[in-house]
Amino acid sequence: MLQIDCPFCGPRAEIEFRCGGEAHIARPLKPEDASDETWRDYLFQRKSPKGVHFERWVHSHGCGRWFNAARDTVTDRFLAIYPMGEKAPSIEELKARLPDVGSPRHAYAENRVAPERVEGERP
Amino acid sequence: MQRYSIFSIARNALTNHKNWHTAWRSPEPKPAYDVVVVGAGGHGLGTAYYLAKEHGITNVAVLEKGWLGGGNTGRNTTIIRSNYLYDESAKLYDHSVKLWEGLTGELNYNVMFSPRGVMMLAHNVHDVQVFKRHVYANRLNGVDNEWLTAEQAKAFCPPLSIDPGARYPVVGAALQRRGGTARHDAVAWGYARGADARGVDVIQNCEVTGIDVEGGRVTGVQTTRGAIRAKKVAIVAAGHTSVLCTMAGFRMPLESVPLQALVSEPMKPVFPCVVMSNAVHAYLSQSDKGELVIGAGTDQYVSYSQRGGVQILEHTLEAILELFPIFSRCRMLRQWGGIVDVTPDRSPIIGRTPVENLFVNCGWGTGGFKATPGSAHVFAHTVAKGEPHPINAPYTLDRFKTGRLIDEAAAAAVAH
Repeated sequence: MLQIDCPFCGPRAEIEFRCGGEAHIARPLKPEDASDETWRDYLFQRKSPKGVHFERWVHSHGCGRWFNAARDTVTDRFLAIYPMGEKAPSIEELKARLPDVGSPRHAYAENRVAPERVEGERP
Repeated sequence: MQRYSIFSIARNALTNHKNWHTAWRSPEPKPAYDVVVVGAGGHGLGTAYYLAKEHGITNVAVLEKGWLGGGNTGRNTTIIRSNYLYDESAKLYDHSVKLWEGLTGELNYNVMFSPRGVMMLAHNVHDVQVFKRHVYANRLNGVDNEWLTAEQAKAFCPPLSIDPGARYPVVGAALQRRGGTARHDAVAWGYARGADARGVDVIQNCEVTGIDVEGGRVTGVQTTRGAIRAKKVAIVAAGHTSVLCTMAGFRMPLESVPLQALVSEPMKPVFPCVVMSNAVHAYLSQSDKGELVIGAGTDQYVSYSQRGGVQILEHTLEAILELFPIFSRCRMLRQWGGIVDVTPDRSPIIGRTPVENLFVNCGWGTGGFKATPGSAHVFAHTVAKGEPHPINAPYTLDRFKTGRLIDEAAAAAVAH
Protein backbone atom coordinates (compact mmCIF):
# COMPACT_ATOMS: atom_id res chain seq x y z
CA MET A 1 0.00 0.00 0.00
CA LEU A 2 1.26 3.47 -0.83
CA GLN A 3 1.74 6.23 1.68
CA ILE A 4 0.42 9.42 0.11
CA ASP A 5 1.29 12.87 1.35
CA CYS A 6 -1.97 14.82 1.21
CA PRO A 7 -0.99 18.50 0.92
CA PHE A 8 -3.80 19.37 3.34
CA CYS A 9 -3.69 16.53 5.90
CA GLY A 10 -0.16 15.11 5.70
CA PRO A 11 0.92 11.51 5.04
CA ARG A 12 -1.92 8.98 5.07
CA ALA A 13 -2.51 5.40 3.87
CA GLU A 14 -3.58 4.81 0.26
CA ILE A 15 -6.98 3.35 1.25
CA GLU A 16 -8.09 6.88 2.20
CA PHE A 17 -7.55 8.06 -1.40
CA ARG A 18 -8.98 7.49 -4.86
CA CYS A 19 -6.80 7.90 -7.91
CA GLY A 20 -8.43 10.11 -10.54
CA GLY A 21 -6.20 8.94 -13.39
CA GLU A 22 -4.06 10.96 -15.78
CA ALA A 23 -3.94 14.69 -15.01
CA HIS A 24 -3.95 17.68 -17.38
CA ILE A 25 -6.51 16.29 -19.85
CA ALA A 26 -8.57 19.28 -20.95
CA ARG A 27 -12.14 18.88 -22.15
CA PRO A 28 -12.65 20.31 -25.68
CA LEU A 29 -13.58 23.97 -25.26
CA LYS A 30 -16.11 23.91 -28.11
CA PRO A 31 -17.68 20.44 -27.82
CA GLU A 32 -20.02 21.05 -30.76
CA ASP A 33 -17.05 21.66 -33.10
CA ALA A 34 -14.82 18.86 -31.75
CA SER A 35 -13.94 16.10 -34.23
CA ASP A 36 -14.19 12.38 -33.50
CA GLU A 37 -10.39 12.32 -33.08
CA THR A 38 -10.57 15.08 -30.48
CA TRP A 39 -13.25 13.20 -28.54
CA ARG A 40 -11.24 9.98 -28.75
CA ASP A 41 -8.16 11.75 -27.40
CA TYR A 42 -10.15 13.35 -24.59
CA LEU A 43 -12.17 10.30 -23.56
CA PHE A 44 -9.91 7.34 -24.21
CA GLN A 45 -6.28 7.98 -25.17
CA ARG A 46 -3.93 7.70 -22.21
CA LYS A 47 -0.16 8.05 -21.88
CA SER A 48 0.32 5.16 -19.42
CA PRO A 49 4.07 5.89 -19.29
CA LYS A 50 6.77 3.67 -17.84
CA GLY A 51 8.42 6.40 -15.78
CA VAL A 52 7.01 9.72 -14.62
CA HIS A 53 3.20 9.89 -14.58
CA PHE A 54 1.20 13.01 -13.75
CA GLU A 55 -2.05 12.03 -12.11
CA ARG A 56 -4.89 13.28 -9.93
CA TRP A 57 -5.74 12.03 -6.47
CA VAL A 58 -8.59 12.83 -4.12
CA HIS A 59 -8.44 12.35 -0.35
CA SER A 60 -11.95 10.92 -0.40
CA HIS A 61 -11.94 9.52 3.15
CA GLY A 62 -10.19 12.58 4.57
CA CYS A 63 -10.47 16.22 3.60
CA GLY A 64 -12.16 15.37 0.30
CA ARG A 65 -9.87 17.65 -1.70
CA TRP A 66 -8.15 16.99 -5.01
CA PHE A 67 -4.47 17.45 -5.82
CA ASN A 68 -2.01 16.51 -8.55
CA ALA A 69 0.97 14.21 -8.16
CA ALA A 70 3.99 13.13 -10.17
CA ARG A 71 4.82 9.48 -9.56
CA ASP A 72 7.36 7.04 -10.98
CA THR A 73 5.32 4.11 -12.32
CA VAL A 74 8.30 1.73 -12.13
CA THR A 75 8.78 2.10 -8.37
CA ASP A 76 5.44 3.76 -7.44
CA ARG A 77 7.47 6.44 -5.67
CA PHE A 78 5.85 9.90 -5.44
CA LEU A 79 8.18 12.56 -6.89
CA ALA A 80 6.12 15.71 -6.38
CA ILE A 81 2.70 16.84 -5.19
CA TYR A 82 1.25 20.07 -6.59
CA PRO A 83 -2.12 21.85 -6.58
CA MET A 84 -4.93 21.34 -9.10
CA GLY A 85 -4.77 23.86 -11.91
CA GLU A 86 -1.00 24.25 -11.65
CA LYS A 87 1.33 23.29 -14.50
CA ALA A 88 3.12 19.96 -14.12
CA PRO A 89 6.79 20.10 -13.13
CA SER A 90 9.06 19.21 -16.04
CA ILE A 91 10.20 15.61 -16.24
CA GLU A 92 13.79 16.87 -16.75
CA GLU A 93 13.60 18.74 -13.45
CA LEU A 94 12.29 15.67 -11.63
CA LYS A 95 14.93 13.49 -13.25
CA ALA A 96 17.66 15.95 -12.26
CA ARG A 97 16.65 15.54 -8.64
CA LEU A 98 16.35 11.76 -8.90
CA PRO A 99 18.60 10.54 -11.73
CA ASP A 100 17.39 6.94 -11.56
CA VAL A 101 13.70 7.71 -12.19
CA GLY A 102 12.14 5.19 -14.54
CA SER A 103 14.91 2.67 -14.03
CA PRO A 104 14.48 -0.69 -12.31
CA ARG A 105 17.77 -0.04 -10.45
CA HIS A 106 15.88 2.43 -8.30
CA ALA A 107 16.26 0.80 -4.91
CA TYR A 108 13.11 -0.60 -3.35
CA ALA A 109 14.27 0.57 0.07
CA GLU A 110 14.43 4.14 -1.19
CA ASN A 111 10.78 3.94 -2.02
CA ARG A 112 9.94 3.97 1.67
CA VAL A 113 11.49 7.37 2.23
CA ALA A 114 8.87 10.11 2.48
CA PRO A 115 8.57 12.01 -0.80
CA GLU A 116 10.65 15.12 -1.07
CA ARG A 117 8.60 18.28 -1.47
CA VAL A 118 9.26 20.79 -4.21
CA GLU A 119 9.78 24.11 -2.53
CA GLY A 120 6.97 26.60 -2.90
CA GLU A 121 4.60 24.05 -4.49
CA ARG A 122 2.62 23.37 -1.38
CA PRO A 123 -0.53 25.47 -1.27
CA MET B 1 10.50 -32.08 -33.64
CA GLN B 2 10.74 -35.14 -31.42
CA ARG B 3 7.18 -36.31 -30.86
CA TYR B 4 6.11 -37.07 -27.31
CA SER B 5 4.22 -40.32 -26.73
CA ILE B 6 4.18 -43.32 -24.46
CA PHE B 7 6.53 -45.03 -26.93
CA SER B 8 9.03 -42.18 -26.87
CA ILE B 9 9.04 -42.31 -23.08
CA ALA B 10 9.67 -46.06 -23.16
CA ARG B 11 12.37 -45.72 -25.83
CA ASN B 12 14.16 -42.99 -23.90
CA ALA B 13 13.87 -44.88 -20.66
CA LEU B 14 16.00 -47.62 -22.25
CA THR B 15 18.77 -45.08 -22.89
CA ASN B 16 18.54 -43.47 -19.44
CA HIS B 17 16.79 -40.40 -20.87
CA LYS B 18 20.02 -39.15 -22.41
CA ASN B 19 18.64 -38.69 -25.92
CA TRP B 20 15.82 -36.22 -25.38
CA HIS B 21 16.16 -33.20 -27.68
CA THR B 22 15.80 -29.66 -26.41
CA ALA B 23 12.22 -28.51 -26.95
CA TRP B 24 13.27 -25.39 -28.88
CA ARG B 25 16.49 -23.79 -30.12
CA SER B 26 18.05 -20.57 -28.79
CA PRO B 27 19.07 -18.99 -32.10
CA GLU B 28 20.96 -15.76 -32.70
CA PRO B 29 18.73 -13.13 -34.31
CA LYS B 30 19.02 -12.92 -38.11
CA PRO B 31 19.33 -9.46 -39.71
CA ALA B 32 15.85 -9.63 -41.27
CA TYR B 33 12.55 -11.47 -40.99
CA ASP B 34 9.20 -11.46 -42.77
CA VAL B 35 7.40 -11.01 -39.44
CA VAL B 36 8.74 -9.97 -36.05
CA VAL B 37 6.44 -10.72 -33.11
CA VAL B 38 7.26 -8.67 -30.01
CA GLY B 39 6.51 -10.65 -26.85
CA ALA B 40 6.93 -14.39 -26.24
CA GLY B 41 3.90 -14.99 -24.07
CA GLY B 42 1.13 -17.39 -25.03
CA HIS B 43 -0.53 -14.94 -27.43
CA GLY B 44 2.75 -14.05 -29.20
CA LEU B 45 4.09 -17.59 -29.49
CA GLY B 46 0.65 -18.78 -30.60
CA THR B 47 0.61 -16.09 -33.28
CA ALA B 48 3.98 -17.31 -34.58
CA TYR B 49 2.76 -20.91 -34.47
CA TYR B 50 -0.38 -20.22 -36.51
CA LEU B 51 1.54 -17.95 -38.94
CA ALA B 52 3.83 -20.89 -39.68
CA LYS B 53 1.22 -23.61 -39.61
CA GLU B 54 -1.80 -22.05 -41.28
CA HIS B 55 -0.29 -19.30 -43.42
CA GLY B 56 3.07 -20.81 -44.41
CA ILE B 57 5.02 -17.81 -43.05
CA THR B 58 8.00 -19.40 -41.31
CA ASN B 59 10.61 -16.63 -41.53
CA VAL B 60 9.37 -15.29 -38.21
CA ALA B 61 11.11 -14.15 -35.01
CA VAL B 62 9.48 -13.89 -31.61
CA LEU B 63 11.42 -11.40 -29.47
CA GLU B 64 11.19 -11.58 -25.70
CA LYS B 65 12.88 -9.17 -23.31
CA GLY B 66 12.91 -11.65 -20.44
CA TRP B 67 12.29 -15.35 -20.58
CA LEU B 68 9.63 -17.22 -22.48
CA GLY B 69 6.22 -17.11 -20.81
CA GLY B 70 7.61 -15.06 -17.90
CA GLY B 71 5.06 -12.26 -18.11
CA ASN B 72 1.33 -12.53 -17.64
CA THR B 73 1.26 -16.00 -19.25
CA GLY B 74 2.99 -17.36 -16.16
CA ARG B 75 1.22 -15.07 -13.70
CA ASN B 76 -2.51 -15.55 -14.28
CA THR B 77 -5.00 -17.79 -12.48
CA THR B 78 -5.48 -20.04 -15.56
CA ILE B 79 -9.25 -19.72 -15.78
CA ILE B 80 -10.89 -20.54 -19.11
CA ARG B 81 -14.50 -19.63 -19.95
CA SER B 82 -16.53 -18.00 -22.71
CA ASN B 83 -19.74 -16.86 -20.96
CA TYR B 84 -19.50 -13.24 -22.15
CA LEU B 85 -22.65 -11.24 -22.82
CA TYR B 86 -22.21 -9.64 -26.23
CA ASP B 87 -22.25 -11.45 -29.57
CA GLU B 88 -18.76 -10.25 -30.57
CA SER B 89 -17.26 -11.44 -27.28
CA ALA B 90 -19.09 -14.77 -27.26
CA LYS B 91 -17.72 -15.52 -30.76
CA LEU B 92 -14.14 -14.58 -29.85
CA TYR B 93 -13.96 -16.35 -26.50
CA ASP B 94 -15.86 -19.44 -27.63
CA HIS B 95 -13.55 -19.74 -30.64
CA SER B 96 -10.82 -19.93 -28.06
CA VAL B 97 -12.54 -22.52 -25.84
CA LYS B 98 -13.05 -24.72 -28.92
CA LEU B 99 -9.33 -24.51 -29.69
CA TRP B 100 -8.47 -25.28 -26.03
CA GLU B 101 -10.47 -28.48 -26.30
CA GLY B 102 -8.10 -29.86 -28.96
CA LEU B 103 -4.91 -28.02 -28.04
CA THR B 104 -3.03 -30.84 -26.32
CA GLY B 105 -3.39 -33.04 -29.42
CA GLU B 106 -2.71 -30.16 -31.79
CA LEU B 107 0.58 -29.26 -30.10
CA ASN B 108 1.57 -32.80 -29.04
CA TYR B 109 2.13 -31.15 -25.65
CA ASN B 110 0.00 -31.67 -22.58
CA VAL B 111 -1.52 -28.30 -21.71
CA MET B 112 -3.58 -30.04 -19.00
CA PHE B 113 -6.84 -28.45 -20.13
CA SER B 114 -9.35 -29.39 -17.46
CA PRO B 115 -12.98 -28.44 -18.21
CA ARG B 116 -14.02 -28.75 -14.59
CA GLY B 117 -16.72 -26.08 -14.78
CA VAL B 118 -16.73 -22.37 -13.96
CA MET B 119 -19.42 -21.35 -11.50
CA MET B 120 -20.34 -17.71 -10.87
CA LEU B 121 -22.18 -17.00 -7.66
CA ALA B 122 -25.22 -14.75 -7.36
CA HIS B 123 -25.74 -13.04 -4.00
CA ASN B 124 -28.75 -10.80 -4.54
CA VAL B 125 -31.72 -10.10 -6.81
CA HIS B 126 -29.63 -7.97 -9.14
CA ASP B 127 -27.03 -10.73 -9.59
CA VAL B 128 -29.80 -13.24 -10.32
CA GLN B 129 -31.30 -11.04 -13.03
CA VAL B 130 -27.93 -10.28 -14.62
CA PHE B 131 -26.73 -13.88 -14.58
CA LYS B 132 -29.98 -15.23 -15.99
CA ARG B 133 -29.67 -12.69 -18.76
CA HIS B 134 -26.15 -14.01 -19.37
CA VAL B 135 -27.39 -17.60 -19.42
CA TYR B 136 -30.02 -16.78 -22.07
CA ALA B 137 -27.70 -14.58 -24.14
CA ASN B 138 -25.00 -17.26 -24.08
CA ARG B 139 -27.42 -19.97 -25.17
CA LEU B 140 -28.58 -17.86 -28.10
CA ASN B 141 -24.93 -17.67 -29.14
CA GLY B 142 -24.42 -21.42 -28.76
CA VAL B 143 -22.34 -21.04 -25.60
CA ASP B 144 -23.25 -23.42 -22.77
CA ASN B 145 -24.32 -21.81 -19.51
CA GLU B 146 -26.91 -22.96 -17.04
CA TRP B 147 -28.68 -21.67 -13.94
CA LEU B 148 -28.26 -23.48 -10.60
CA THR B 149 -30.13 -23.03 -7.34
CA ALA B 150 -28.06 -22.53 -4.19
CA GLU B 151 -28.50 -26.23 -3.29
CA GLN B 152 -27.37 -27.32 -6.75
CA ALA B 153 -24.38 -25.00 -6.46
CA LYS B 154 -23.49 -26.58 -3.11
CA ALA B 155 -23.80 -30.05 -4.65
CA PHE B 156 -21.46 -29.03 -7.50
CA CYS B 157 -18.95 -27.45 -5.12
CA PRO B 158 -19.24 -29.01 -1.62
CA PRO B 159 -16.88 -26.60 0.25
CA LEU B 160 -19.20 -23.70 -0.60
CA SER B 161 -21.15 -22.20 2.30
CA ILE B 162 -24.78 -21.46 1.40
CA ASP B 163 -25.71 -20.34 4.89
CA PRO B 164 -28.67 -17.94 4.42
CA GLY B 165 -27.40 -15.92 7.39
CA ALA B 166 -24.10 -15.09 5.68
CA ARG B 167 -23.28 -11.48 4.96
CA TYR B 168 -23.37 -12.28 1.23
CA PRO B 169 -25.69 -15.31 1.02
CA VAL B 170 -25.47 -17.50 -2.10
CA VAL B 171 -28.89 -17.42 -3.79
CA GLY B 172 -27.94 -19.20 -7.02
CA ALA B 173 -25.20 -19.56 -9.60
CA ALA B 174 -24.48 -19.65 -13.32
CA LEU B 175 -22.40 -22.64 -14.41
CA GLN B 176 -20.42 -23.07 -17.62
CA ARG B 177 -19.44 -26.73 -17.67
CA ARG B 178 -17.04 -26.38 -20.63
CA GLY B 179 -15.03 -23.80 -18.71
CA GLY B 180 -12.13 -24.75 -16.47
CA THR B 181 -8.38 -24.38 -16.18
CA ALA B 182 -5.17 -25.28 -18.05
CA ARG B 183 -1.47 -25.33 -17.22
CA HIS B 184 -0.36 -21.82 -18.18
CA ASP B 185 3.39 -22.53 -18.64
CA ALA B 186 2.62 -25.52 -20.83
CA VAL B 187 0.68 -23.32 -23.25
CA ALA B 188 3.72 -21.09 -23.82
CA TRP B 189 6.08 -24.08 -24.01
CA GLY B 190 3.81 -26.03 -26.34
CA TYR B 191 3.41 -23.13 -28.76
CA ALA B 192 7.15 -22.33 -28.59
CA ARG B 193 8.04 -25.92 -29.42
CA GLY B 194 5.50 -26.12 -32.24
CA ALA B 195 6.59 -22.79 -33.73
CA ASP B 196 10.29 -23.64 -33.41
CA ALA B 197 9.75 -26.95 -35.20
CA ARG B 198 8.28 -25.02 -38.13
CA GLY B 199 11.32 -22.73 -38.37
CA VAL B 200 10.31 -19.81 -36.15
CA ASP B 201 13.17 -18.24 -34.16
CA VAL B 202 12.21 -17.71 -30.50
CA ILE B 203 14.76 -15.18 -29.21
CA GLN B 204 14.83 -14.61 -25.46
CA ASN B 205 16.66 -11.86 -23.55
CA CYS B 206 16.18 -9.53 -26.50
CA GLU B 207 14.36 -6.35 -25.55
CA VAL B 208 12.88 -4.10 -28.22
CA THR B 209 14.19 -0.57 -27.63
CA GLY B 210 12.85 1.14 -30.74
CA ILE B 211 10.51 0.65 -33.68
CA ASP B 212 11.70 1.91 -37.06
CA VAL B 213 9.04 3.71 -39.09
CA GLU B 214 9.75 5.23 -42.52
CA GLY B 215 7.08 7.10 -44.43
CA GLY B 216 4.28 5.75 -42.23
CA ARG B 217 5.43 2.15 -42.73
CA VAL B 218 7.27 -0.08 -40.27
CA THR B 219 10.70 -1.30 -41.43
CA GLY B 220 12.08 -3.07 -38.40
CA VAL B 221 12.95 -2.91 -34.72
CA GLN B 222 15.95 -1.87 -32.63
CA THR B 223 16.79 -4.36 -29.89
CA THR B 224 19.35 -4.94 -27.17
CA ARG B 225 20.87 -7.50 -29.57
CA GLY B 226 21.05 -5.19 -32.58
CA ALA B 227 18.74 -3.93 -35.31
CA ILE B 228 16.38 -6.38 -36.98
CA ARG B 229 14.61 -5.51 -40.23
CA ALA B 230 11.07 -6.78 -40.69
CA LYS B 231 8.36 -6.57 -43.35
CA LYS B 232 5.71 -6.76 -40.65
CA VAL B 233 5.83 -6.23 -36.89
CA ALA B 234 3.23 -7.59 -34.48
CA ILE B 235 3.11 -6.18 -30.95
CA VAL B 236 1.79 -8.69 -28.41
CA ALA B 237 3.27 -7.19 -25.29
CA ALA B 238 0.35 -6.95 -22.83
CA GLY B 239 1.21 -4.36 -20.15
CA HIS B 240 4.04 -2.84 -22.21
CA THR B 241 1.96 -2.13 -25.32
CA SER B 242 1.70 1.59 -24.54
CA VAL B 243 5.49 1.79 -24.20
CA LEU B 244 6.07 0.10 -27.58
CA CYS B 245 3.38 2.11 -29.38
CA THR B 246 4.95 5.31 -28.06
CA MET B 247 8.19 4.16 -29.76
CA ALA B 248 6.26 3.85 -33.01
CA GLY B 249 4.85 7.36 -32.56
CA PHE B 250 1.20 6.91 -31.61
CA ARG B 251 -0.85 6.69 -28.43
CA MET B 252 -3.19 3.93 -27.32
CA PRO B 253 -6.46 3.91 -25.32
CA LEU B 254 -4.77 1.78 -22.65
CA GLU B 255 -3.76 2.03 -19.03
CA SER B 256 -1.33 -0.44 -17.45
CA VAL B 257 -2.12 -1.52 -13.90
CA PRO B 258 -0.88 -4.30 -11.58
CA LEU B 259 -3.12 -7.32 -11.11
CA GLN B 260 -2.32 -9.75 -8.31
CA ALA B 261 -2.74 -13.44 -7.66
CA LEU B 262 -1.68 -15.77 -4.89
CA VAL B 263 -1.55 -19.45 -4.02
CA SER B 264 -1.95 -21.33 -0.77
CA GLU B 265 0.12 -24.17 0.57
CA PRO B 266 -0.70 -27.44 -1.27
CA MET B 267 -3.60 -29.51 0.05
CA LYS B 268 -5.34 -32.74 -0.87
CA PRO B 269 -8.00 -32.38 -3.59
CA VAL B 270 -10.85 -30.51 -1.95
CA PHE B 271 -12.06 -28.02 -4.53
CA PRO B 272 -13.53 -29.54 -7.71
CA CYS B 273 -14.27 -26.53 -9.92
CA VAL B 274 -13.62 -22.82 -10.47
CA VAL B 275 -15.76 -20.45 -8.40
CA MET B 276 -16.07 -16.73 -9.05
CA SER B 277 -18.03 -14.16 -7.15
CA ASN B 278 -18.33 -10.65 -8.52
CA ALA B 279 -20.19 -9.12 -5.60
CA VAL B 280 -17.52 -9.98 -3.06
CA HIS B 281 -14.71 -10.14 -5.64
CA ALA B 282 -13.19 -13.57 -5.30
CA TYR B 283 -11.88 -16.17 -7.78
CA LEU B 284 -10.80 -19.57 -6.60
CA SER B 285 -9.71 -22.92 -7.99
CA GLN B 286 -7.33 -25.68 -6.95
CA SER B 287 -4.32 -26.54 -9.07
CA ASP B 288 -3.21 -30.10 -9.79
CA LYS B 289 -0.36 -29.50 -7.34
CA GLY B 290 -3.00 -28.90 -4.67
CA GLU B 291 -2.56 -25.17 -4.15
CA LEU B 292 -5.60 -22.95 -3.98
CA VAL B 293 -5.17 -20.45 -6.82
CA ILE B 294 -6.71 -17.10 -5.96
CA GLY B 295 -7.15 -14.09 -8.20
CA ALA B 296 -7.25 -10.64 -6.61
CA GLY B 297 -8.09 -7.24 -8.07
CA THR B 298 -6.13 -4.49 -9.78
CA ASP B 299 -4.54 -1.48 -8.15
CA GLN B 300 -6.22 1.85 -8.83
CA TYR B 301 -3.20 3.59 -10.38
CA VAL B 302 -0.97 3.16 -13.45
CA SER B 303 2.08 1.12 -12.54
CA TYR B 304 4.73 -1.20 -14.00
CA SER B 305 5.93 -2.40 -10.59
CA GLN B 306 4.64 -6.03 -10.83
CA ARG B 307 3.82 -5.89 -7.11
CA GLY B 308 0.43 -4.51 -6.08
CA GLY B 309 -0.98 -3.32 -2.78
CA VAL B 310 -1.56 -5.60 0.19
CA GLN B 311 -5.04 -4.18 0.89
CA ILE B 312 -6.18 -5.72 -2.43
CA LEU B 313 -5.17 -9.18 -1.20
CA GLU B 314 -6.82 -8.60 2.15
CA HIS B 315 -10.08 -7.69 0.43
CA THR B 316 -10.05 -10.85 -1.70
CA LEU B 317 -9.13 -13.18 1.17
CA GLU B 318 -11.89 -11.73 3.35
CA ALA B 319 -14.38 -12.51 0.59
CA ILE B 320 -13.04 -16.05 0.12
CA LEU B 321 -13.33 -16.85 3.82
CA GLU B 322 -16.87 -15.54 3.82
CA LEU B 323 -17.79 -18.04 1.09
CA PHE B 324 -15.51 -20.89 2.19
CA PRO B 325 -15.03 -20.80 5.96
CA ILE B 326 -13.34 -24.22 5.59
CA PHE B 327 -10.15 -22.41 4.43
CA SER B 328 -9.86 -20.13 7.46
CA ARG B 329 -6.67 -21.78 8.74
CA CYS B 330 -5.10 -22.31 5.33
CA ARG B 331 -1.80 -20.46 4.86
CA MET B 332 -0.80 -18.54 1.76
CA LEU B 333 2.43 -19.54 0.08
CA ARG B 334 3.23 -17.03 -2.66
CA GLN B 335 1.88 -13.77 -4.05
CA TRP B 336 2.83 -11.92 -7.23
CA GLY B 337 1.68 -9.21 -9.62
CA GLY B 338 1.50 -8.85 -13.38
CA ILE B 339 0.99 -5.70 -15.45
CA VAL B 340 -2.24 -5.77 -17.44
CA ASP B 341 -3.25 -3.30 -20.15
CA VAL B 342 -6.85 -2.24 -19.71
CA THR B 343 -9.01 -0.67 -22.44
CA PRO B 344 -11.90 1.70 -21.68
CA ASP B 345 -14.50 -0.89 -22.81
CA ARG B 346 -12.64 -3.90 -21.30
CA SER B 347 -12.47 -5.60 -24.69
CA PRO B 348 -9.21 -6.29 -26.53
CA ILE B 349 -7.76 -4.50 -29.56
CA ILE B 350 -6.71 -6.92 -32.32
CA GLY B 351 -5.77 -5.42 -35.66
CA ARG B 352 -4.07 -2.70 -37.63
CA THR B 353 -2.50 0.48 -36.27
CA PRO B 354 -1.93 3.94 -37.82
CA VAL B 355 1.50 2.64 -38.95
CA GLU B 356 1.34 0.40 -42.01
CA ASN B 357 2.37 -3.25 -41.48
CA LEU B 358 2.45 -2.72 -37.71
CA PHE B 359 -0.19 -4.79 -35.95
CA VAL B 360 -1.25 -4.91 -32.35
CA ASN B 361 -2.96 -7.51 -30.15
CA CYS B 362 -3.50 -6.00 -26.72
CA GLY B 363 -5.98 -4.70 -24.19
CA TRP B 364 -6.85 -8.13 -22.78
CA GLY B 365 -6.82 -6.50 -19.37
CA THR B 366 -7.52 -8.86 -16.53
CA GLY B 367 -8.70 -11.82 -18.62
CA GLY B 368 -6.39 -12.67 -21.51
CA PHE B 369 -5.25 -16.19 -20.65
CA LYS B 370 -8.55 -17.84 -21.57
CA ALA B 371 -8.34 -16.31 -25.02
CA THR B 372 -4.77 -17.40 -25.81
CA PRO B 373 -5.41 -19.89 -28.67
CA GLY B 374 -8.30 -17.98 -30.23
CA SER B 375 -6.55 -14.64 -30.02
CA ALA B 376 -3.35 -16.07 -31.54
CA HIS B 377 -5.33 -17.80 -34.29
CA VAL B 378 -7.27 -14.73 -35.47
CA PHE B 379 -4.27 -12.43 -35.01
CA ALA B 380 -2.06 -14.66 -37.18
CA HIS B 381 -4.75 -14.36 -39.88
CA THR B 382 -4.78 -10.58 -39.46
CA VAL B 383 -0.99 -10.30 -39.75
CA ALA B 384 -0.73 -12.73 -42.67
CA LYS B 385 -3.55 -11.24 -44.77
CA GLY B 386 -3.27 -7.63 -43.64
CA GLU B 387 -6.96 -7.64 -42.80
CA PRO B 388 -8.90 -9.07 -39.85
CA HIS B 389 -10.49 -12.48 -39.50
CA PRO B 390 -14.32 -12.12 -39.28
CA ILE B 391 -14.13 -12.95 -35.56
CA ASN B 392 -11.77 -10.07 -34.70
CA ALA B 393 -13.15 -7.59 -37.24
CA PRO B 394 -15.08 -5.65 -34.54
CA TYR B 395 -11.99 -5.38 -32.30
CA THR B 396 -10.36 -2.48 -34.14
CA LEU B 397 -8.35 0.36 -32.66
CA ASP B 398 -10.64 2.62 -34.67
CA ARG B 399 -13.66 1.80 -32.51
CA PHE B 400 -12.59 4.38 -29.94
CA LYS B 401 -13.01 7.01 -32.65
CA THR B 402 -16.20 5.70 -34.25
CA GLY B 403 -17.78 4.98 -30.88
CA ARG B 404 -18.63 1.38 -31.79
CA LEU B 405 -17.37 0.00 -28.48
CA ILE B 406 -17.79 -3.59 -27.29
CA ASP B 407 -18.67 -2.50 -23.81
CA GLU B 408 -17.94 -5.53 -21.67
CA ALA B 409 -16.98 -3.25 -18.77
CA ALA B 410 -20.33 -3.92 -17.13
CA ALA B 411 -21.15 -7.11 -19.04
CA ALA B 412 -18.08 -9.34 -18.97
CA ALA B 413 -19.56 -11.52 -16.25
CA VAL B 414 -16.74 -10.40 -13.99
CA ALA B 415 -16.01 -7.58 -11.60
CA HIS B 416 -13.45 -5.00 -12.70
